[in-house]
Amino acid sequence: MQRLGSVVLFVAIWQVAASAIDNRLLPTAAAVFAALVHECVDGPLLFHLGVTLARVAAAFVVAMTIGSLIGIVMGRSRTIDILFDSWLVLLLNLPALVIIVLAYVWFGLTEVAAIGAVAVNKIPAVAVTLREGARALDRRYAEMAGSFRIGRWRTLRHVVMPQLYPYLFAAARSGLALVWKIVLIVELLGRSDGVGFQIQVFFQLFDVTRILAYALAFAAVIQVIEWVMFQPLERRAGRWRD
Amino acid sequence: MPALFADITEKRYTGAGGAPARVALSGLSLSVAAGEFVALVGPSGCGKTTFLNIVAGLDRNFSGAVQVAAHADGTPARIGYVFQEPRLLPWRTVAENIALVLEPQQGAVVNEVLDAVGLGDAHDLYPPQLSLGMSRRVAIARAFAIQPDLLLMDEPFVSLDHDTVEQLRHLLLKLWRARPTTILFVTHDLREALVLADRLLLLSASPGHVVAEVPVRLPRAQRGNSAEIESLRDEILRHHRELIGTAPAAPVG
Repeated sequence: MQRLGSVVLFVAIWQVAASAIDNRLLPTAAAVFAALVHECVDGPLLFHLGVTLARVAAAFVVAMTIGSLIGIVMGRSRTIDILFDSWLVLLLNLPALVIIVLAYVWFGLTEVAAIGAVAVNKIPAVAVTLREGARALDRRYAEMAGSFRIGRWRTLRHVVMPQLYPYLFAAARSGLALVWKIVLIVELLGRSDGVGFQIQVFFQLFDVTRILAYALAFAAVIQVIEWVMFQPLERRAGRWRD
Repeated sequence: MPALFADITEKRYTGAGGAPARVALSGLSLSVAAGEFVALVGPSGCGKTTFLNIVAGLDRNFSGAVQVAAHADGTPARIGYVFQEPRLLPWRTVAENIALVLEPQQGAVVNEVLDAVGLGDAHDLYPPQLSLGMSRRVAIARAFAIQPDLLLMDEPFVSLDHDTVEQLRHLLLKLWRARPTTILFVTHDLREALVLADRLLLLSASPGHVVAEVPVRLPRAQRGNSAEIESLRDEILRHHRELIGTAPAAPVG
């Protein structure tokens, strides 16, 4: 309820301020909502939104899978950790833009280069988080599983993974937040569809109203994903803590 | 063939980060008959847990031999392990913790063993909701659930109040009578060993090896507060004071 009030207050201030300034570079809230509805019904917003979400999903899955594997292996093996730790640090500090530009230069303006560039931006952060998780695995539980001989698969699924869930959720959350922002840049630089591409078009037209309409639609979808996917999953995994 | 035969020539921990290597066990040899209840008594740090981990197959980095007799149907021996801390998975309910060590179709066994340890109504509780005494009961139920050929118990009753320990000892003996198995029970409490076991093996201080063997012939029903047990204890202490003092002067490891 308080949250809703806060949103209403923000929209009200926006509306009043924009009306007072009365400049087409700062559209009113009402104008942006009108553009949003228009773009959804008569315009291509839903198409571009779908394309972008598909890229977000692909890059997210690739980054989580590869990053988790790298992190877990590094967390379990000291040798591999020492060998690759500085690579990880280098990759962590490489600006997203550099990775994107290099990906397009080396692999062309393709879908694979676009999604790969986004994933590579996210992989080191996932790896670092999961490495922490793998290091924190409790040996005593592994010994329990080993002495009762419950088998590798059951040990992984019921003993190891539950200990990694908090780290996976942390990585997934910050992962989604990073991935959806970088996907827009990738689209802006080298794709001819998607929300990022549209924003570039509107930028050239100085059409702030539609830039804000697209941004709003996209941010709303990401928030819904957080609510309907991450939060329920996390609650389920953390049931035993209540 | 004994249920367990172990002859550890040497178990050595290589020092990490420049620390000197440490010999934990040296020349530890013992044999336990099927159905026997043997207590391994020794001062803290003499390598008792190290030895159990070797028997359980968790530690293969030693020189020597360990043989555990196979299950009746020829499959590998089933080993139940009651660790010093209960080691229940906190994200699984009590019933799910026990089901984890069983085959999927053995659901009925879960109820059976939980009833047997008096926790028939704790199925759906999570381990953090249990007292230490209850957690220990669940750990014992889990170990008996697999119908072990060999049951390893590592000081399973420490850090509990006197009454709870008494209850759990009775419970253990009751379970053991109903579900006979071979038990290797590690403790530093000589009186506990005398009350529970058929036979005591006394271990030296680190590096551990067996220094004496004491059979206890008194029927278990007569052991509680028995003068005979006390005199047996006094006699053992007279000969092995330096080895099994309840408060070792210099605990190692």
